[in-house]
Amino acid sequence: MKLIKLLGGVALAAAFTTSAMADGHAVRLGTEGAYAPYNFINDAGEVDGFEREVGDELCKRAELDCTWVTNEWDSIIPNLVSGNYDAIIAGMSITAERDEVIDFTQEYFPPDPSTYVAAAGASMDAIKGNVAAQTATIQASYVSDSGATLVEFSTPDEVVAAVKNGEVDAALADDAFWQDIVKASNGELVFIGEPIAIGGGIGMGIRESDTELKDKLNAAIDSIKADGTLSTMIAKWFDGRMVKY
Amino acid sequence: MNFYTSFLVVFALLAVCVPFILLFGFTGALARRSRVAPFRWFGLAYTSMVRGIPDIIFFLFVPIALDQGIEYLRHHAKCPEWTEPIRQGNDFVVCAAAKMPLGPSPQWVHETYGFFLAALAFAIVFGAFAANTLHGALAAVPKSQLETASAFGMSRKQIFWRIHLPQMWVYALPGLSNLWMILIKATPLLFFLGVEDIVYWARELGGSKTERFAYPHGDWRLGYFLVLLVFYLLLSWASEHVFSRLNLKISKGQATIGGQA
Amino acid sequence: MSCMQTITDYGLRALGLGERALPRADITLCEQVVLIGSGLIWNIYFAVIALGLGFFVASFIAFARNSSNPFVWRPAAFFIFVIRGSPLFIQFFLLYEAFVLLPKIGFDINLGFIEITIETRWLTRAWLGATIVLFLNTTAYSAQIFYGALRSVPKGEIEAGKAIGMTNKQINKRIIWPTMLRLSWASYTNEAIFLLHATALVFFSSFPAWRQQGDALYFASYFADKTFNPFVPYPIIAGYFIALTLIVIIIFGWFNRRLNRHISKNH
Repeated sequence: MKLIKLLGGVALAAAFTTSAMADGHAVRLGTEGAYAPYNFINDAGEVDGFEREVGDELCKRAELDCTWVTNEWDSIIPNLVSGNYDAIIAGMSITAERDEVIDFTQEYFPPDPSTYVAAAGASMDAIKGNVAAQTATIQASYVSDSGATLVEFSTPDEVVAAVKNGEVDAALADDAFWQDIVKASNGELVFIGEPIAIGGGIGMGIRESDTELKDKLNAAIDSIKADGTLSTMIAKWFDGRMVKY
Repeated sequence: MNFYTSFLVVFALLAVCVPFILLFGFTGALARRSRVAPFRWFGLAYTSMVRGIPDIIFFLFVPIALDQGIEYLRHHAKCPEWTEPIRQGNDFVVCAAAKMPLGPSPQWVHETYGFFLAALAFAIVFGAFAANTLHGALAAVPKSQLETASAFGMSRKQIFWRIHLPQMWVYALPGLSNLWMILIKATPLLFFLGVEDIVYWARELGGSKTERFAYPHGDWRLGYFLVLLVFYLLLSWASEHVFSRLNLKISKGQATIGGQA
Repeated sequence: MSCMQTITDYGLRALGLGERALPRADITLCEQVVLIGSGLIWNIYFAVIALGLGFFVASFIAFARNSSNPFVWRPAAFFIFVIRGSPLFIQFFLLYEAFVLLPKIGFDINLGFIEITIETRWLTRAWLGATIVLFLNTTAYSAQIFYGALRSVPKGEIEAGKAIGMTNKQINKRIIWPTMLRLSWASYTNEAIFLLHATALVFFSSFPAWRQQGDALYFASYFADKTFNPFVPYPIIAGYFIALTLIVIIIFGWFNRRLNRHISKNH
């Protein structure tokens, strides 16, 4: 399985901040780092994005001292349960399947619909043709059930590339993920069809045995919801989207 | 830039792995030659198992098994009073003192530990190949040389250290150099072990960037991977030269085709 | 559901036959064994096609590499160097990207009795694209092995052939080629095993899986993902590969005995 990632320079920086607040409880946050705007690796090689801000704020309020690690998406849960990090914060929708294996905190992001994207000029039939999705996502299961031909790629990048170069007729992913991409494509890519509600909201994944951490994080999420901090962050990262808590 | 330092990660992996590979290789080869049957079986099982299983499957499985195995042992050694089961459903829970590395240790310790697990998995796989080569090389040393030594009254130990081992290298070098070439080309698989090597950064930096990033660009992965191709070609080319030099040097005074040519 | 039922449902799932939906919940050991086994069809397909074609082309390239004409041996040496000098993983990636960039067109080819359309689009599919990559890879490695053996074919055998009046073509076909194979067979067996193992990389790193039809490792990682437990599917696939490797060793051992049958047992 993919183990702990080597985070280069960031790691050292993180290590120094860690020792500075030595009395906090050490918690390692696992993320994918390839799903802007939720989480991505910025040009300085650090974890960045909406979840970086949320995670840092939660850790501050729960008085945890947190470090960030990145892990490949398809082994992100096995590495949590085997203890390589303590929480997943990676745009992970709360699903019944996943809930059997790990626990989730309450959601920090409302259910985000998934949308189909296709090359400009595609007809509505595209979503019944060859449809790309990332391996092991709720979208992949959905496409497979919809009767379309599922084409699985291991990273979101490859999914985008496949729609662009005509390998597939359409692709399915979170709406928020597409927004940036469709905007940047200068009309090359367009949304087709209606948004589909699959999956619950997004929460942090915690080991089932780790109820103490779950309670702390739940309390911290309550607190950022109550004073509007979370709503501000969502508006900042998701084009002014208004979410009231 | 991370991309450039990641080239060093590749070299670091090679540097860390090679001693372990030779160690595992010798252990395996000697086990196969051992007069004690269980050792022989162990040596044979080790070498043939690795030969039968694709290395990628090993890499997917061995590090996580090693990690849990080490923590399991430490758990029993350090927290005997712990009563809760280690496997709670899907969770693998050991006491805090048994965590490897310790939970609160700084990030770089975690990273280095992960890197060493990856290197160990590499060493186990390639150690088996090295064991095969060394086993063959030990068997290839002409019997007459060993018999001569024995006639001189050398002990078994002396024969092994003074004659058998030094003479073996001539026969082992072609196989080992081949193994080195395979090892170089297996390093991109590091990426699947979660080590942020050149492949990781090539995919990360080459992937298309939207305007959220300081330098938005399209899909540049093709370019980055071409750079990797050139890097690996240069590395292979340089290694081939070093090995042909080494071969000439080591064959000096040996009556082999390589030495006399 | 009984295990027999699972076999009929999923035995040929990797080819798209049988039950369409993969098991999602309450995954049994039987389902894992059957589906991973079904994925092996792909691994065997890749290995057989790539090795089968690669063997003959590699023989030609080995002879070309041995040629004294620089216009013949230089391209051969360059091909061998580039493929042997770079990781398979990167070859997969680069060729997949290259195939994707090709214009999507179809050619009609008239075979007299039947007309088939060949589409460049097929190159981006694993069944053709990945086979080509694996074929190129094994060709280069085998060519190097054969070339090494070619250079150690005893001169005496060639001279003996000349003495009994064989033409150059006959000498190549009846003396040099068989001797070359005999000398290189042990290394070539190793190469075949390496190639078999390399087939596990196809869906894992480069080529997308269509309709969830993948190779053994695709299904193994599917189960590792669904059950969140890598300790079951990976040992299963490891067991399968050990069995396949044994079969390769047996088949190649049989060929080896055939190649050496004229040589007295004392050697």
